[in-house]
Order: sequence, then structure tokens, then C-alpha cells
Amino acid sequence: MAFNTLTEVQEQLREGKLTCSALVEEHLKRIEENQHLNAFLEVFAHDARSRATVIDQKIKRGSSGKLAGMIIGIKDNICFKGHKVSASSRILEDFTSLYSSTVVDRLLNEDAIIIGRLNCDEFAMGSANEFSAFGPVKNPLDNTKVTGGSSGGSAAAVAAGLCHVALGSDTGGSIRQPASFCGVVGLKPTYGRVSRHGLIAFASSFDQIGPFATSVEDAALIYEVMAGADEYDSTASQREVEKTDFSATSDKPMRIAFLKDALTDPSLDAEIRERTQELISQLQEKGHTVEGVSFPWMDYMVPVYYILTTAEASSNLARYDGIHYGQRSEKATDLESTYKLSRTEGFGDEVKRRILLGTFVLSSGYYDAYYGKAQKARRVVKEETEKILADYDLILSPTSPHTAFELGKKQLDPTVMYLEDIFTVQANICGNPAVSLPLGKHSNGMPFGIHLMGRAWDEKTLLEFSAQLMNNN
Amino acid sequence: MEDILKNYEPVIGLEIHVQLNTLSKAYSSDATEYGAMPNTQVNMISLGHPGTLPRVNEKVIEYAVRLGIACNCTIRERNEYARKNYFYADLPKGYQITQDTTPICNGGYVEIKDADGKDKKIHLTRIHMEEDSGKSIHDIDPFNTLIDLNRAGVPLLEIVSEPEFRNGQEAYNYLAEMRKLVRYLDISDGNMEEGSLRCDVNISVRPVGREKFGTKVEVKNMNSFRNVQKAIDYEIKRQVELIESGGEVVQQTRTFDAARGSTMVLRAKEDAHDYRYFPEPDLQPVIVREDYISRVKDNLPPLPKELFNKYRELGLNEYDASLLTESKEVALYFENLISHTGNYKAAANWIMGPVKSYLNDKAMHIEAFPITAEKIAQLIEMVDAGKVSNSAASGEMFRALIENPDQDPATLAKEMNLIQESDAGALMEHVHAALAKYPEKVEEYKAGKKGLLGLFMGEVMKLSGGKADPKVASKLVQQELEKQQ
Repeated sequence: MAFNTLTEVQEQLREGKLTCSALVEEHLKRIEENQHLNAFLEVFAHDARSRATVIDQKIKRGSSGKLAGMIIGIKDNICFKGHKVSASSRILEDFTSLYSSTVVDRLLNEDAIIIGRLNCDEFAMGSANEFSAFGPVKNPLDNTKVTGGSSGGSAAAVAAGLCHVALGSDTGGSIRQPASFCGVVGLKPTYGRVSRHGLIAFASSFDQIGPFATSVEDAALIYEVMAGADEYDSTASQREVEKTDFSATSDKPMRIAFLKDALTDPSLDAEIRERTQELISQLQEKGHTVEGVSFPWMDYMVPVYYILTTAEASSNLARYDGIHYGQRSEKATDLESTYKLSRTEGFGDEVKRRILLGTFVLSSGYYDAYYGKAQKARRVVKEETEKILADYDLILSPTSPHTAFELGKKQLDPTVMYLEDIFTVQANICGNPAVSLPLGKHSNGMPFGIHLMGRAWDEKTLLEFSAQLMNNN
Repeated sequence: MEDILKNYEPVIGLEIHVQLNTLSKAYSSDATEYGAMPNTQVNMISLGHPGTLPRVNEKVIEYAVRLGIACNCTIRERNEYARKNYFYADLPKGYQITQDTTPICNGGYVEIKDADGKDKKIHLTRIHMEEDSGKSIHDIDPFNTLIDLNRAGVPLLEIVSEPEFRNGQEAYNYLAEMRKLVRYLDISDGNMEEGSLRCDVNISVRPVGREKFGTKVEVKNMNSFRNVQKAIDYEIKRQVELIESGGEVVQQTRTFDAARGSTMVLRAKEDAHDYRYFPEPDLQPVIVREDYISRVKDNLPPLPKELFNKYRELGLNEYDASLLTESKEVALYFENLISHTGNYKAAANWIMGPVKSYLNDKAMHIEAFPITAEKIAQLIEMVDAGKVSNSAASGEMFRALIENPDQDPATLAKEMNLIQESDAGALMEHVHAALAKYPEKVEEYKAGKKGLLGLFMGEVMKLSGGKADPKVASKLVQQELEKQQ
């Protein structure tokens, strides 16, 4: 039942073979059985049950919304009125949100059931979900392995069938990389497509909310409900959201580029390279044009990403100061010690590392050399990527250079961890939409994803082609 | 000391913060009323709660453009916002949203009088939009600092002048001009005591003739125009004395102690913040187009300078014109008044005479003045037509109208028996009666004792019960006496 698409679930609901209440119970049971994964930080059992009763009645009356029957988990950096939201940090451990994020409001308006909040890296900073103040998430496919991050709880919950769909946020690959590690679909929409109102900010000009699902169709449905202009987020675009249409299975030949350097990168696992090449051949056989292009800016992307995101983060996280809300150190005696002790006790090492880095790159005397230069490099990467996408519909690559690694293995060296994002950051630097599709299976037993990046605002082409690719594999 | 001071040239620049009187905050929909209960005008955005994003209040842009036009600035088309990062207890987000490299207004100038009363232009460097912090209150609770976040996020315009002031008086005049301007533009209360207008000063001194600037000191925390003036004059003297005694001015921020009339160190240069400005990623740049600027310009309220020129053209002298434009409300009342009467001089005299003295007595603003401009205009017309005397209009009638502003002035004059008789027929009877009463005096008059005219006039006035128009009556008496000759 957990792996059915929503269309199938809703058919059964309409025919009376299934109720939302039964669905909720089933999922609560699965969550209970999978507690060892540490995917959920909190289960909203009471809430979910009472909403299920209401929605069941709506279904009987024929007045239910588009998402009736859909059980959703939300990453613990998305605000839901009256519920705790901690960004997996001690500093917000007991913080309750006064309001709901736009995405939560829109999902609830369509009768989705939100079943709980999902573990993640602290303030979404990390690529293994090992930087949560509340412990790492285990990969449901192999409990000795990581889920990837930062939206590890979301990926694990969907992969283990603890919810139909989960929301994550993606700043440099935080949806797509864990989707790859856990074998599910992960979508990062175009920057500005989905309102960030109610998303706890990591790096404001990179962050974007997106769904995890077991099918492209479900991901697309959730995306379409969430997307579109929002008066509470002035960076959310006014553009109309084009509806995907999966019934029109056109075999229209596509022009697809792959970055030659990405496929020859020495860090890339051999089996993943082979599978990617196999897919390329398969697409070519089907009449699509797939060509390698050179992109000499590959090496700049991860540094650009880390300079700009940490700069924004250092400012975004200044509000967690122990004064107005959140954790205040009990040892604090005055204003300065309130800041120092609350932040020292409240933030984990990785968050501190990034605040320090971001503060440094914005400091007077260093701004031009780091932040200023990175801004310029970001523009170049964006322009050059747009040039490729003027010629091609999509850019294809692996999502990650390897499959899920062992828990505790890489945490020791942050610079190694930072290379996790090598294939995914481009979409965040440029703002383009991208998906990770679970199209690979490694001989080590673990899944891996194939990554597609589309033109800005053209999620429709990206998603329709993704569905086609999934159906053919 | 006076002589020594003459050898130095003070270089002074002012930074004014004007709190805008918009109904809601700069980046959220909270109300902004002054004096509300602490922490009642706060929503999750002003509280800086996790996940909240700023929303631009378009009124702030309009107000900035208004001030920019009034100060002859260039208005920037593409306006970016920036974050100024620092930790303080009344700054919930840990940063202030402001503008850094792209201020909305650039250049421009304001015309003031210098200390000798001569015209002087003060050029502006920039005007930019930003948000206020909350208030830290240190003097209510003996053990804790209390925080009121009602003010957090209230929109401000920061007006930075070029360092063109030479003394405290000029700074005073500039502040008064700026306050007048923001009140005319209806963008701020411009009230220094309530904090809706604040001023920081940068001062250095250099020997006359030297090009290189001296070391700059910033002075903060002045709560009145006079204190700004005093702080500047004190600081000039302090710096000159320091240099004269072989010392050196060090770059620092000082605070003005109004009780002592002196400045004291607040923080040294080494303690200056590194604000780590960077572009605000949560707000799209705002594009201010030409047609928008023209629309704002077309709807701009009249400015003091324009009204001053207009009144001069209407024939008022410089003194009257400048007094009438001193406050916007007075000017608006006058504007209203002269839309009902063409006697501008009389209108000006009324405002500056009976109206102002009444307001002064009652310590009242003209907005609360009970008599409408239309009725004052009727009084002026009645005096001009000779129906009532000027002293009756500005005395008894004025007082009666204040008591009961709904009365019609014409009816009132009748009821109060103040209508002057200027009708020749009715008056003539009194003239005949007066002359008949004193036949021998008439003879004396004829013999050349012209001073007796007053006696006959007195009699006529007595007979008419004081209502005879003296001008008309005097003419009739003389005519009648000549006839009898």
C-alpha cells in the first residue's frame, strides 16, 4: 500500500475500499516499527488521526481536495502552526511555530495529512544527515549506511514507506543527493517557484522546497499544489505554473547535454559512470540527441557555493541569539554572555564552522576577495549554464559520485564532505530545476540516482521527460 | 579663544534619521502607532521568527521619492536592499535591512539660512531607506533591560549631508528646514522628542586654508535641535583646544550630555562594528521608473518654498510670507482663506493677528482652531464693505464666533447690533438733527472753526447708536455744512 501512487490510493478511497483513517493507522504503525531509522523527530499522531476523520467525511460528500489520502512528512525546517520546528538544532529544541509556511497551508488546503516532522542536518547543513542534534538517520535499505543529507529523514521516510511523500529543502543538493542514496525521486524546483515563507533559512538565495516521492507523478502533483506566487515571499515568482501532462507520452526527440568533465571526474564511481553511459546510449537509440559539452567552470562551483551559502547563513542564523526565543544558556549573566554561551551551547560544530566561514568572507578587507568574487563567479556559471540550455533541453549527470557511504565514515573531514555536492550545486547556483531519478542499482546493493537539470521555470518538460525515462527503465 | 577659533575651519556633516508615518512597518504589515503598549505591534516578521521573510511596503518608496524630489535629488531606478549585520538585544533578526551601495536618492540640496541670515545651499550625499530597531529601556527595571519591539521594523529614511556646515547655528537651521519639509510632505511627524527625527553629527576641524580634513568625531544622542547646536559648538571648541594644547583628535564616537552641555566618549574606533554589509537576498530589487516619479511629483503636496514665492507674488512682504509658511498647517489654513477672499494682506493680518494670538493663548495648533477659513473670509468682506468696523470684527465678532463657530457672521453682526449705517438716507436724518441741536456752533464752524466737525460727528454717532459708518457720516456732515454756507 505504501508504494502506490496517489491516483491508485484515491481510486480506492472513492470506492470505499480504503479510508484515510486506515491509511493513517497503517503509516503510524510503520513509523513505530521503523523507529530505529530515526527518520521522524516527532509524529503528529493525534493531528493526523483527527484530520483523517474529517477528510473521510469530505470524501463521502464528494468535496475532498486534490491531495485527499496523501500522507506527508515535512522536513524539520518547515513551519507548521502550533507545532514544534527545530531545524534539528538544540537552539530551537522546544520552539513552536506561530504560523504555517505557505507550502503547509497549500497542502492542507488540498486535504493532505501531515503526519510528522522529519530529521535532517542541523539547519540543513550537511550531506549525510549526521549533523543533526538528534542523531543521524539510518538508510532504510542498509542500516549501517547514511541516508545522505541534509533532508535525510525525508528520503528515508519515503523509501521506508512511512509516508507517501515528504518535503525537503535543497540548498546545494539536499533533496537530490539523499533521494539518490535512498532510491526515491527528489525534485528541486526552480529558485523562486515555491514560496520560502516558513522555511527556516539556510542560504536565502539558494534554498528551495521540493518533494520526495516514489513516482515522478506524485512529486509533480505535490509540486504543482505548492508552487506559484506568494505575497509573503517577494522572491517567489509571479509566473504561472504550467501543469504537467503525463498522459501525452510523446516521443518527441529531446536535446540532452552531459558535462564531459563530470563523467570523467576521478571521484566518480565506475559503476555509476557505466550506468550513466548506458542510459546515454539508450536515449540516443530512442532518437534523442545526447552530446557531451565541456564546462570549464566545474572546479569553481563548490567554492562559489560554500562562500555564498555560508555568508548568507552567517547572517540568517544571527537571530538565534538566546534573547527573543529558543534556547538561552542557563549560565548567561549579561547580554554578551547570553549571545556567546547560548550560541556555543545551541549550535553544533558544522553550523559553527559555516557561521565562522561566512562571517570571514563578509568581513571588511576580505569581502571583495571572497564574497564579491564568488558573486561574479556565480554570474559566470549561470550565464554559461544558460548558454548550454539554450542549445539543449536538459543536462544529464549522475546525482552523486557514489552510493550511500557508511555512517560515521566521512564526518571527520569536512572538506571531503563538501565535495558531495559536486554534481548538484550547479542547479542551486543557477536556480534551475533538477531531479534525481532512482535509475541505478549498484553491485554493492545500494541505489543511485540519475540527475536531470532543466531550463529555469520549465519544470513541465523536466518532469514529463523524467516520467518517461522512469517508465522505460 | 574667539581669536584662536577663527584660525580653524570646522567641517560638519549631519546624518538625519526620519521615521516615516506609514500605517504599517517597512517590511511587514504591523501597525506603527507611537505610544502603543509595549510589544503589541509585533507579528512574527518583526519578531524575526524562523522562516519569516520581509515584504516591501510600497509607501516607503513613495515617501522616499517625495523627499528626493523635494530635495532636488536624482532618484535611482534600480534599488537594491542590503543587510547590515550586528548583534543587539533590540534587533531581533541580528541584521537591519537597509540600502548600502544603491541609495534611492543621490545628490540634491536643501536651502537654508546661514548664521548671518544669508542664503546657503547644503548639498546631500544620499537618502536611503531602512528599518528601525526596537527600543531598549534601561530605566524602568533596576535589574533588567526591557525590550519593546513595537518600533522594530518601522521605516526610516536616512539623510546624509555633505560636510558643509560651519557651526551649530547652520545645523540648527538645516534641521528646522528638514523638519518643515518632512511635515509639508506628510511623510513624518518630524518630532525629535518622540524620536521620529534623530540626528548624528560628524565633526572635524582644520586650520583655515588647509585642504586635508582633520580627524572626524561622531556625536550621538542629542534629543533637540538646540542640543545638536550646543553639541557642535562644544565639540568644535574641544577639538580646537585639544589641538592648540598640542594634543591630537582621535577618531571616536561621543555622546552628548545635555545636563552638562558637553560630549563624552561612547566608543573608540577599535570598537567600531564591522557590519558585513551584503545584498539582502530575501528582497528583489525595486525598480523606480520615470513615470512613477512623475506621478509622485504631480501629487506632491505644496512645498514651503513654493508657497513662500507665491505669497511674495501676491504682494505680501518677506516677513509675512515666511511666517505664513513656517508651519504647513498655518499655510494650509491661509491657502483655504485666500480661496475665499482676494484681500491677501487682510487675510495675512488676520492669521498673524487675532488667530495666532488666540492660538498662542490657548497653546493650540491651528488644526484645532474652531472658526472656518470661510467665516474669517466673510468677516474680511464685511469690513471691506464698510458693514462692520475692523475693531468690531476682530474683537466682539471674533470672540463670539469662537464661542459659537456655527453662527453666520452677517446674522451675528445684526444680532450684536454692529452693522454700521452707511446708507445716506438714514444717516442724513441724524446729520440734520445734530446740526439743528447746535445752531450757534454751526455759525462758529462757518466762521472758520473747522475743529467743531468732531462735535457734530460725535452727535451723529450718538444718535445712530454708534452704528454710523464714520467715513460716510463725516462726508455727509461736511457736505451739509457747506450747503448752509
